[in-house]
Amino acid sequence: MKPTTQTKKRRSTKRDDSPQPVHARSSRTMFPYYPGCTLKTTAQNFEDSALATAAILGIDLVEIPRWNCCGVVSSLVENDRMHHVAPLRNIIRTQEMIAERGGEIESRLVTLCSMCTNTLRRTNLFLKENPEDLEAINDYMSLEDNYEGGVEIVHFLEILRERGFDAVTNKVSNPLEGLNAAAYYGCMLLRPKDIGIDDPEDPTIQENLISALGAAVIDTPYKKMCCGSYQTVQDRYAVAELAYDILTHAQREGAEVIITACPLCAFNLDDRQKEVRERHPDFRSIPVLYFTQLMALAFGLGEDALGFELNSVDPRPLLMAKGLLAPR
Amino acid sequence: MTKIMMITKEGEAFLARIQEISGEAITACDQCGTCSGSCPMASEMDITPSEMIRKTQMGQQDVLSTKAMWLCAACFACTVRCPRGIDLSKIAEALRQISLRQAVDHIDIAGIPAPERARLPQIALVGAMRKFTS
Repeated sequence: MKPTTQTKKRRSTKRDDSPQPVHARSSRTMFPYYPGCTLKTTAQNFEDSALATAAILGIDLVEIPRWNCCGVVSSLVENDRMHHVAPLRNIIRTQEMIAERGGEIESRLVTLCSMCTNTLRRTNLFLKENPEDLEAINDYMSLEDNYEGGVEIVHFLEILRERGFDAVTNKVSNPLEGLNAAAYYGCMLLRPKDIGIDDPEDPTIQENLISALGAAVIDTPYKKMCCGSYQTVQDRYAVAELAYDILTHAQREGAEVIITACPLCAFNLDDRQKEVRERHPDFRSIPVLYFTQLMALAFGLGEDALGFELNSVDPRPLLMAKGLLAPR
Repeated sequence: MTKIMMITKEGEAFLARIQEISGEAITACDQCGTCSGSCPMASEMDITPSEMIRKTQMGQQDVLSTKAMWLCAACFACTVRCPRGIDLSKIAEALRQISLRQAVDHIDIAGIPAPERARLPQIALVGAMRKFTS
């Protein structure tokens, strides 16, 4: 999974005087990468599809060593320095990797999970804005190098946006024509405003991706509404009611699949469809995919990258019926 | 008829405590209700988010026995919309902290049936433990 030296090989081009399309650029970019806990278990299909599609786009995501849980949620208590320690350790691991690898790796840490993105960004922003807190935490973490404040946290979707979605389209070998896909953002990609990756009230980043893959964008008013998050542990039927609203509103607009960037949203919207059906017998199930799985499908990748066996509602019958996935 | 509402000394101390923990200017709330209109959990709550902040403004400590503060999942829908710039998710967190700092957990992990526990991803369990235990 880790990039090898072949990623650094540069194909020698004959003449370079004509402008080249984005996909023909031979250079690859290496980023430090933080997976987070759930991408190694129930959301392994998120990681597999992300690493595979990134590689096709010339992006090598290099897992930072000795990473730890980000804490999932940030403390909302004023001056709660202790809860910044776990996210900061990961940022320090990143700082070390950047120092060791010199200029060959980006100084931006790429994340996939929305909740990890949010906690890491919140801590990073807090420490950059509050030097006295940074000094105190650096002193407290005496076994670690001091954090110098030079790391940025970026979500993989932001990398796609800055490179331009045309670069994604250029790699599409299986355009998702005839597929109606709705984007679901939930909370942690968008809020609070100074942490989010897009407009908190009118996000478009996932819609742009859906279009780039050849699928039809379905807009739904519930795309920014919370799925209930960790309340799913104690109050699964309250979460099922939220999932019912989110899913059926998307279905009413014509959605056949929903994409997300969060393993917790995915659990609440996908796995909790069992509880939704208990309460609403008329409910029709709908597949919920990670945005990277939709990319892997459009890039024509195989089962190892798609990982549909981990999706609770199996998207394969729908995709086969649409001629987007070969029958097995 | 004029109605005079009094805030007691204990109530004042309670409000000051919540302001200290949350860092939010609680008295700035005008009760416009945008938070209640934005909250996805409002229909499950016993009091609305705007009632939660009103009770806190008035120093009414019975707010601590409401379901509402526990049902806030810190989704920040109210945070981005509050016209007064108040982060209600921080106030709900401060109210939860008053209870959790008595070392009283709000979750019974052992009471969750084993098959359900096995099904839950770490992200859900860690999140719940962080918000519901001291």
